[in-house]
Amino acid sequence: MLAYTVKRLLQGAATVWFIATATFVAMHSVPGDPLANQRATSEEIRRNLEERYGLDRPVIEQYGIFLGSMLRGDFGISFTQENRRVNDIIRENFPVSATLGILAVTFAALGGILWGALTALYRNRLPDLVITFLVILGISVPSFVVAALGQLALVNLNAAVGEPLLPVAGWGTLRHMIVPSLVLGLGTMAYLTRLMRSSMLEIADADFIRTARAKGLPPTRIFLKHQLRNAILPVVTVLGPAIAAITTGGFVVELVFAIPGLGRYFVTAVQQLDYTVIMGTTVFYGAFLVVMVIAVDLLYGWIDPRVRLE
Amino acid sequence: MDAQPAPRRDPVTRAAVRQLLVLGAVCVAVFAGLMAALAWASSITGGGSAVHRAIDFETRTITLVLEDEPPQLDSTRSTDAISFRILGHVMEGLIRYDASNDLVPGVAERWEIRPEGATFWLREDARWSDGRPVTAHDFVFAWRKVVDPANASEYAFILYPVRHAEAINTRTLPVEQLGVRAVSPRVLEVEFEGPVAFFDKLVAFGLYFPVREDFYESRGERYGADAVDLLYNGPFAMTRWVHGAHVRLEKNPHYWNRDTVQLNTIDMPYVTSDTTAAVNLFKDGSIASTGLGQEQLEEAMKLRWNLGRYVDGSVFYVDFNFRPERPTSNVHLRRALQLVNDSAELVNKVIALPGYQPGVSMFPGWLTGVEGPFRHEYPPPVVTPDHDKAREHLAIARQELGDIRPLVLLTDDSPIANKQAEYYQNLFQRTLGIEIRLDKQIFKQRLEKMTSGDFDMVAAGWGPDYADPLTYGDLYASWNGNNRGLYENPELDAQVRIAQSSLDPRTRMDAFGEIQRILIEDAVHLPAFERGRLFVQRPELRGVVRRTVGTDPDYTHAWLEETP
Repeated sequence: MLAYTVKRLLQGAATVWFIATATFVAMHSVPGDPLANQRATSEEIRRNLEERYGLDRPVIEQYGIFLGSMLRGDFGISFTQENRRVNDIIRENFPVSATLGILAVTFAALGGILWGALTALYRNRLPDLVITFLVILGISVPSFVVAALGQLALVNLNAAVGEPLLPVAGWGTLRHMIVPSLVLGLGTMAYLTRLMRSSMLEIADADFIRTARAKGLPPTRIFLKHQLRNAILPVVTVLGPAIAAITTGGFVVELVFAIPGLGRYFVTAVQQLDYTVIMGTTVFYGAFLVVMVIAVDLLYGWIDPRVRLE
Repeated sequence: MDAQPAPRRDPVTRAAVRQLLVLGAVCVAVFAGLMAALAWASSITGGGSAVHRAIDFETRTITLVLEDEPPQLDSTRSTDAISFRILGHVMEGLIRYDASNDLVPGVAERWEIRPEGATFWLREDARWSDGRPVTAHDFVFAWRKVVDPANASEYAFILYPVRHAEAINTRTLPVEQLGVRAVSPRVLEVEFEGPVAFFDKLVAFGLYFPVREDFYESRGERYGADAVDLLYNGPFAMTRWVHGAHVRLEKNPHYWNRDTVQLNTIDMPYVTSDTTAAVNLFKDGSIASTGLGQEQLEEAMKLRWNLGRYVDGSVFYVDFNFRPERPTSNVHLRRALQLVNDSAELVNKVIALPGYQPGVSMFPGWLTGVEGPFRHEYPPPVVTPDHDKAREHLAIARQELGDIRPLVLLTDDSPIANKQAEYYQNLFQRTLGIEIRLDKQIFKQRLEKMTSGDFDMVAAGWGPDYADPLTYGDLYASWNGNNRGLYENPELDAQVRIAQSSLDPRTRMDAFGEIQRILIEDAVHLPAFERGRLFVQRPELRGVVRRTVGTDPDYTHAWLEETP
């Protein structure tokens, strides 16, 4: 177990290094000038700026400097937020994204398991058909539409009640979190519902369920201990990547609901060619994803005794 | 897969559904508990209050949305509109613009501008937000910072009229040589590089704001990075700045003219560039004012909102590439394109947004000439679309160039730029049979391609830095770095030099009139439109000033009025 964990962590470190290098190469090969601005700058001012950001050195040296400071956990100063360190941006804004992400994932996982189990139990009857239809809707409608509709619903709700029940946008309190996290988790919940449904149906025909019934176990026990527990396994497997995807993919929801998360910085940095922020957020998110996948694999071994971690 | 339906009265199913209901209840409880825990945790790390009302009469507070986070608020290095908007409320220069856009005393109570220099007498009661007086030395320190090469300020050129500024910025002179000095704490003496006709207007610009040396040094790299890392001498002071989330300005009790400031607080607890979200906030009664995009226009009309509109001062046009190997260096080809271009059609039928004006000149309609509007005193030559004449010019161009290859039109990838580019593509193909290839790029890549000359035509725009025609007039001078098509015309250069060095309004405006004529007659570019802005505002909020140059919108003189 310990050896396995160490091995996976080493592999993870190599993956992060690869992500960092690939991003560095891609970033420097994209056309466009990070220092360009509407007003043309004179040669001198340009040279001053290049010096400030170390862009006057050869690319390979820049790469070396970048790797060195990355190992020390320092991603440098943002090109566009000139007085802020990339570390500060991550430290201040990632907790917001993480809060939103945790809520959305919890909502998606709990909802997905419940609805999936329900549809499997009512297979081909009305509840199943209705929920399956909603699931297809949930998977195919993009998040910016759901976010805009969710916000519009809030406006109408507040207007109907006559006083501000839930804030339309912004961040900071419980009331700010409810709708954005539901909107963010909706797509994943739909996906997990479908996964859970097929997994439940597969298990329902399994030999051990038949055995359990045959030997007369109480139905409650069969369902909880045997069917549900086994059916959850595939859901747990995709949970790791789902957490990372939700936490990093909150850009649209953050924009619509004016939430100060990291996703916004991540996307606008690419548009503005903010080299240090691109590198910082990519490496950070990359490491986050790797850690999540490893965590889920370890969790998997704990839930499913058939899996041996070696 | 689902061949046989489950038997209806299966005891397992019924028990399972009951179990699921219990589980569901547990899940809801877990979710609610988790949410409460996280809300508590994030309130520790600095959250905001739950609900903001657009207008609070009791505390005289207005709530607004901020489109973007200011990169930083060190005025010596600012470049963007959001920073200048906030700085315009929390800082004050020697001279400022009043509610009717006239120049009025700011920190300086009076001033004298001569051909070779200027003197400013500072008022006694001008104070920083820590109560200490604003002195002439604060201006000397700030101006030196702007031109100091180590500071790498992109807007440093705006101080070039001050003696030695350019030489210092290009490292040929030490920064102490800058032509500005504090004769006494309350007298500031400025020397010019050459005569400058609009120095009073320049001084109102954000890069000329004061910075206090001891405070600046005490903050080091952090100056302007947070609300506590700045000193304020304007009508408001920033009391809260949660990055990406919340900016709050409160009335500055040390401001010399505090009695004229009516609002106590300008609160901006929302930061988003999504106009739909902003309009939803407005509809919800959470914010007092917001800009409108095209998508929200229909709804705003339906809800009978009171729409405000104004021109923001920017002009948009299509630039040509004059490098000799480019077909667009041929005047007859440019003439042909100019003769089919119809900016009225572009604005009225294609863009179709209220507030936009068809482009007819490089000099927008809001500029002032000798006495009245510049374009009334110097009407631009009219180009009426004439397809026959255009084809004649095209024939000549074909003789001179041979076959004309498809032209590359470089453009931004934004909704309006897309509409504009597709309009030209269709227009030139339909009327002249010239094929246009669109090269859509994000802003920074478009700029790089413009600078390296990788285009035949480019959809570009220009916003004013100061309220003088020269802010547009010198763009096509052969030495101007923004002249990215490398247009070169000694006749035009001569007129720019006159406009730059003369102090006589008539002579200068005559020069701008000539520049305008040359730009059109030589078909140097195709004017497209003058941008308009649409906004909605709560009727209780009065006295907000919208400007083409300077702080926009300006809430300094705004007040609240309860409507029946």
